[in-house]
Amino acid sequence: MGNEEIKTKITELLAASAFDESGEWLNITVSSQDWFSFASQLRNDETLYFDHLFCLTCIDFKTNLTMVYHLSSTKFRHNIVVKSVLDITKPEIETVSSIWQTANFHEREVYEMFGVNFLNHPDLRLLILPDGWEGKNPMRKDFEDPINMIKL
Amino acid sequence: MVEEIGNTTEGDLIINVGPQHPATHGVLHLIITLNGETIKKVEPHLGFIHRSIEKMCESLSYRQFIYVTSRMDYLSSHINNHACALTVEKGLQIEVPDRAKVIRILMDELTRIASHELWWGAMAMDLGAFTPFFHAFRERESINDIMEETCGARLTMNYIVPGGLMQDIHPNFQKRVKDFLSLYKSKIHEYDELITGNIIFQNRMKGVGYLSPEDAISFGVTGPAARGSGVSCDIRKLYPYDGYENLQFDEILETAGDSFARYMVRIREMQQSVRIIEQLIDNIPEGDFQTKTKAVLKLPKGEFYTRVETARGEFGVYIVSEGGTTPYRIKFRSPGFSNLSALDKMARGEKLGDLVAMMGTLDLVIPDIDR
Repeated sequence: MGNEEIKTKITELLAASAFDESGEWLNITVSSQDWFSFASQLRNDETLYFDHLFCLTCIDFKTNLTMVYHLSSTKFRHNIVVKSVLDITKPEIETVSSIWQTANFHEREVYEMFGVNFLNHPDLRLLILPDGWEGKNPMRKDFEDPINMIKL
Repeated sequence: MVEEIGNTTEGDLIINVGPQHPATHGVLHLIITLNGETIKKVEPHLGFIHRSIEKMCESLSYRQFIYVTSRMDYLSSHINNHACALTVEKGLQIEVPDRAKVIRILMDELTRIASHELWWGAMAMDLGAFTPFFHAFRERESINDIMEETCGARLTMNYIVPGGLMQDIHPNFQKRVKDFLSLYKSKIHEYDELITGNIIFQNRMKGVGYLSPEDAISFGVTGPAARGSGVSCDIRKLYPYDGYENLQFDEILETAGDSFARYMVRIREMQQSVRIIEQLIDNIPEGDFQTKTKAVLKLPKGEFYTRVETARGEFGVYIVSEGGTTPYRIKFRSPGFSNLSALDKMARGEKLGDLVAMMGTLDLVIPDIDR
């Protein structure tokens, strides 16, 4: 399916979505409240069928945190990018680990590195950081550790 | 840790495998809940070799960050470098000379063979056979020698850079690769005689660690691990880069979904890599090995994503640029991280002794998982 067709289809599913076509793939921005129902539609719709979540990450833009989901369909081979802008003081978004199981691990990584709280996540615990880690999230832009320097 | 696992009943046994366990091939910690000898749950605990490469890259220039990526999946370091170079080239919109493209593919495929050789030897050793390791390393060493001559390194190559290659190939390169191919072809039957046809080995692999195609896709499993379940996911075929579209090779698919299927995919994939090398080794075009690029690279504002096929699966590089000389945010989508998440699903209900076979056929490289 081409970008235009995906765009028409997605506008039918969720009217409040914003598009950006400057990149390689179609970018869609949705609000964090709409994300879970929108995600299950993307996964289960017969013509879209985005069954492969191949990248899940977060970007710290200092004023907000942006969740980025890269989706692809193993049936139709089309790709999209879905973004959701979160409030930096209280970053919260619904988990999608019930839709794509790979999100379980990736969300745990984002949780500890960026401090995003994934609502209804089955197992939101530290995965990479040592047990008992306290303090700031290491991948945030304002993270400074004078003893174990990460920046070069 | 123990209290957090949950779902344990009276009489369950919790054991730790790793962080220092020979079968994990690195520092990976698995917390396993057992009922008798049956696995109820596998909880990976990562981070023992986490170097925060993504954060480090935020303060490195687009020429410097290549060196760090060799240290992630150190068995596919050429392919990691290749992915990063492609992403930067995509951002700068520069075209690489044909000579560089062909050499890149040759290097990628040699790396793939070397990586699968190591996997084959190490996995057979995990299952109790020590001899195959020496057979695998005999061939792997000659690949390492070729790499050493051209790149100056045996493991962390840093050879593929934005714009082309670091330097031209060594004059001996073509001859030595051909020598390697004839050596490899004269020895390949030994692999099957030693291991593949061995009935003890087959009994330990067949029907162990079943992964359905639906689960493979849902867990984001890619590479030989997914192709063993019949999921077509070879990036070289689906989204070809640097001239893979002009080459004749097959995507290997098996349908059984068990450890033996994943084993067979890798064994047959090595032969496809040989096929690719044979097509290219006599046809390296003359010309430059590099395009002229500016001393300081600046990517335009925007987002760039590239994926390539490493020996372990789909490796993605996601660069967010604000227009400066360093990336604003960089994310490495490593195949090992997603593949490992499927281990729990595969292992439930299996015997503890079979866990080694499952981990072996997932081909985990811990620095690739931790980054």
